[in-house]
Amino acid sequence: MVKTVASVGLPVDEVLEIKKNHITPVNQVKGKKKRISIVTGIHGDELEGQYVCFELIRRIEEEKEKLTGIVDVYPAMNPLGIDSITRGIPGFDLDMNRLFPGSSDGDMTEYLASEIVEDVAGSDVCIDIHASNIYLTEIPQIRINELHKEMLVPLAEKLNVDFIWIHGANTVLEATFAHSLNSRGVPTLVVEMGVGMRITKAYCNQLVDGIFHLMHSLGIWQGETITPRKPIVSGNPEDVSYLNASTSGVFVPSVKHWEHLKKGEEIGRIIDPLRGKVLDTILSPVDGILFTIREYPIVDEGSLVGRLLRAEALPE
Amino acid sequence: MKKKTIYEINSLYRDNFRVTGYEFGNGKKSVCVVGSIRGNEIQQLYTCSQLIRRLKRMEAEGKLIKGHKILVIPSINPYSMNIKKRFWPTDNTDINRMFPGYHLGETTQRIAAGVFEAIKDYEYGMQFASFYMPGEFTPHVRMMKAGYESVELARKFGMPYVVLRNTRPYDTTTLNYNWQIWETRAFSIYTTTTAQVNKESAGMAIRSILTFLAKQDIVEYCGHEGYCSRVIEDTELVAVRTKVAGIFESDVKVGDEVTKGQQLARVIDPYEGEVTEILTAPIDGVVFFEHNDPLTYADTAVIKLIAGEAL
Repeated sequence: MVKTVASVGLPVDEVLEIKKNHITPVNQVKGKKKRISIVTGIHGDELEGQYVCFELIRRIEEEKEKLTGIVDVYPAMNPLGIDSITRGIPGFDLDMNRLFPGSSDGDMTEYLASEIVEDVAGSDVCIDIHASNIYLTEIPQIRINELHKEMLVPLAEKLNVDFIWIHGANTVLEATFAHSLNSRGVPTLVVEMGVGMRITKAYCNQLVDGIFHLMHSLGIWQGETITPRKPIVSGNPEDVSYLNASTSGVFVPSVKHWEHLKKGEEIGRIIDPLRGKVLDTILSPVDGILFTIREYPIVDEGSLVGRLLRAEALPE
Repeated sequence: MKKKTIYEINSLYRDNFRVTGYEFGNGKKSVCVVGSIRGNEIQQLYTCSQLIRRLKRMEAEGKLIKGHKILVIPSINPYSMNIKKRFWPTDNTDINRMFPGYHLGETTQRIAAGVFEAIKDYEYGMQFASFYMPGEFTPHVRMMKAGYESVELARKFGMPYVVLRNTRPYDTTTLNYNWQIWETRAFSIYTTTTAQVNKESAGMAIRSILTFLAKQDIVEYCGHEGYCSRVIEDTELVAVRTKVAGIFESDVKVGDEVTKGQQLARVIDPYEGEVTEILTAPIDGVVFFEHNDPLTYADTAVIKLIAGEAL
């Protein structure tokens, strides 16, 4: 059943509504039903979660009798952003993922954030699906703040992703949706996969398989599920090498995403189309695997072109 | 005066990105003033330009006291100003959310790091700041309570108000916060406007800075003594919020004294022209902030009042 989570009037003949699909079992279920919430679209330019929501609901509806818990799907936390290809909240140029937990008597943006948190609170688990940004492509991964790793890593391992990245606590991230919910005891997993403004069906299907497996382990789904792939788990900051552009230009990759690389191997070149020159050749600083690669070719000095997970962090 | 490049990066097709500073005097690093960090901060740029003009004249007249260095940076982000974009051209990041910066990091982290390296050791840091919502302010000095703030120093500007506010998670990456962490006495100075030039409040900001510098024996200046600043916490500001969205029409200006029950503004139906909401003053007070966009959303704090009489 489609429900409105929050609504607010816009100045000229329009109401902004944030909606969810509230899916409940068709058959009687004994005891308290578990609830999972799937959230996406906090950043209006990240669209991978759109296909995940569609495919999840489609598969549930196909075998609805196997549903034994509640699934809430929130496909568009920032509807104006999605509609206008805007990462933040249009009109304010604010990153919605820096507004949580919001405030019920605050401005429109804070009010919406607070209504969303209130609605998702009470879930047994929540998944917040992001799609990197328009510049970088990410392998399906879950990012976990080290403050919450005990609660989250066991759940993340069920989600069929390739990589679990445990990062240090950062004050700025306290204003994210995931931090707000994790602090309230709602285990919330942040998925990053694919790239902004695009849908990568293979990644989406991989995650949907994982969500069904997680739902099965929580008693929300009784149908068959896959055996999830075993992710690489890294919590050591030294496991990750950052590759930043040494100069402004056009980045052209020489390798594929998620490829094993040897130290010194060419990852890509920064070229100057005006003079026909190669400005820099980016080499792999270590043996490792490339889990982030730049998608958007124009770079400024400092722009991130990739991230490598060092070979030492990989399983034998 | 020495004009120097504080930070520079090359570009594929644009002129190099340069942060330019104007240095006055020699000696210990006493004062650093930063103008615009975002592309729409035209008033902040203008105010700095007028301050530089004034300091040049004072230097020629021998009114800068020896032993002090004053650095003024009119804009940290000329690239965004030139394309009328608020944040960084390629990735829309905010340089004022990147401090203290990282010289091996992404572009705006590098800019923040390069600029911060040049400005972090000054005794006093002043930034002409702006607000994310469209609106006008009564001129004031604002300080974050990061543990190093001094109200008594802030009052030496002689601006009408000193506003204190608690730090929030996102503040930890702003220039003002990091200045304080590096033991610079940091002040955010709000003039009336952001995207439009307001000469009167720019003039007040310059007089206030010169008054402050004179009191600290950094310049010779016999201007006004200024106001005996009133110190308020930002939680004391009383917000007047819209219940409905529409066309916003105000009956008051910033700095006006209002009485409880007085009509402050109206919201008008954008199609039928009827008044859909009348906003009135919940207290006797002074208009501190006012929304200045012709449209308003619902649930928006369009006016903020300070209780009491005008100064």
